Amino acid sequence: MNLSYLIHRLGAVLVVMAIVTVAVFAITNVLPGNAALMILGENATAENLAALERQLGLDRPLVVQYFDWVGGVIRGDFGMSLRLGLPVSQVVGSAFINSMWLAGIALAAVTIISIPLGAVAAIKRGTIYDTLIGLFSYVGTALPEFVTATLLLVLFASPANTIFPAGGFVDPTEDFLGFLDHAVLPVATLGLVLMAHISRQVRSEMSEVLSSDYVRAARLKGLSERRVIWRHTLPNSLAPAVAVISLDIGYLLGGIIVVEEIFAWPGLGRLLIYALQNRDLPVIQAITLVLAVVYALSNLISDLVIAKLDPRVRYA
Amino acid sequence: MRKILSSPNGVAGVILLAIVMIAALLGPWIAPYDPQLFHSQNRLEGPSLDHWLGTDQYGRDLLSRILNGAPATVLFGLGATALGVGVGSIIGVIAGVAGGRADGVIMRILDGMLAMPELLFTLLIVTFLGGGTLQALLAVAVAFTPGMARIARSSVLSVRTREYVLAARARGESRAWIVVREVLPNAIGPIIVEATIRVSFAIMIGATLGFLGLGAQPPSTEWGLMVSEARQFMFRNPWGVIIPGIAIAMTAMGFNLFGDALRDAFDPKRSH
Repeated sequence: MNLSYLIHRLGAVLVVMAIVTVAVFAITNVLPGNAALMILGENATAENLAALERQLGLDRPLVVQYFDWVGGVIRGDFGMSLRLGLPVSQVVGSAFINSMWLAGIALAAVTIISIPLGAVAAIKRGTIYDTLIGLFSYVGTALPEFVTATLLLVLFASPANTIFPAGGFVDPTEDFLGFLDHAVLPVATLGLVLMAHISRQVRSEMSEVLSSDYVRAARLKGLSERRVIWRHTLPNSLAPAVAVISLDIGYLLGGIIVVEEIFAWPGLGRLLIYALQNRDLPVIQAITLVLAVVYALSNLISDLVIAKLDPRVRYA
Repeated sequence: MRKILSSPNGVAGVILLAIVMIAALLGPWIAPYDPQLFHSQNRLEGPSLDHWLGTDQYGRDLLSRILNGAPATVLFGLGATALGVGVGSIIGVIAGVAGGRADGVIMRILDGMLAMPELLFTLLIVTFLGGGTLQALLAVAVAFTPGMARIARSSVLSVRTREYVLAARARGESRAWIVVREVLPNAIGPIIVEATIRVSFAIMIGATLGFLGLGAQPPSTEWGLMVSEARQFMFRNPWGVIIPGIAIAMTAMGFNLFGDALRDAFDPKRSH
């Protein structure tokens, strides 16, 4: 691995993260009503409000408040939740772990299923498999998560015919099978859109490689079809596949917001909706920042993997 | 157009879009009933001769509600996309044409905006603006802006160094003339393709916001809101969630297929 490439990419991530903190702070500070008003409620008197604002430091210039907040974030201190009476880091921390279980399983399932699906479609181009996979991918990308989730609930969780639980969460460290049982429907919901998208992209990348000159050359050399595909086509289609998956992580992180809300999964998404409805500003800031960091890091990791897979990227 | 109709995907996209457009243009007039009328004798019914697609928890006719919701849903998608694509393209073209330090600063800010998942970004803006259809539209447009700006910029950059632009520069044409007459017409293809596909995203995000109670408000016939209202009764009458779900999927799929066919028509290399 080229060290200067790594340093360059890390630097870019830091710059983007700095911009994100400014954006998050700006958006949450233009939200009507500040933390003091949130705590005291609509009927607070002006004197009480002013006193609490002074106590919380809300009367200071915004720039000072911003650096105060960023300083806390760097030390891992996101302040106190206005509604839950707990430190934000504690609330967001446990929600984060629950969300990562969900997103991680969804991502693993999607990767395992959709890459072979796309590859088969590309290899058997023009056949009934290709058409079916193509149809699946168009239908899958056109269904928003809330529709898929609702349809899955109707099919698999009706009171008359409950195959999977309609919602809830079991701690995987206590009862892993119970956890999996509760994870099936949310993972299926998240997976459908992603599988549809990734398999279509993999098919298109692989078709391109299959019609490239070096694959034609390999065929003309008289290599077996199996060898052409496993040695010459698949390795060259992997880098674009990783790029597609890393792009879809952004989509996945958005998807968990809706899916957790529908399936009562106690993760970042559900907490975010709660915080947005209750204007719990420190929690909103922390979740937004955490999601942005996860997204940036996953992009960074995928860039490094791609650079490893495809030497041309490193020197571009 | 002939190129679009030459692929089965293109034909499917055109047919789906035609159905959706007819519903959007004529929906409120061809609907058999008033979408807000309670048929209290026929609540939560499946499809029947009187109510082709069934009824909801108040006995309102689902077909009439879907048809009445079509203009709002399609206009939302088109409006949000047009606004986001318009503003994004202007920013992207400025960055691409200006180059240098201005380009660098603009792109860093856009990267910061793109670092947040799109739905999260939209949710933050909607919360700031307050729920409602217009607010949701603005939020989707703002969320689309950075991505579109990136595409417009790279499209401009790829055209900027072509021979015909260099020739125009050598002829001594003004910078504005070159941008308007040479760069834009040639850079606009990818922008249109991306915009078409984004209409389907806009419709899906709009419906999601409606579903979460942050977009259209009751008694609107917005399709996402219809799913959300029918959810309480989904085990007694699944049609209430299935019908608007299919309507959303059909519309999104129509724009997706059409956009893909458009891309192939613009760039024959990519059509496999």
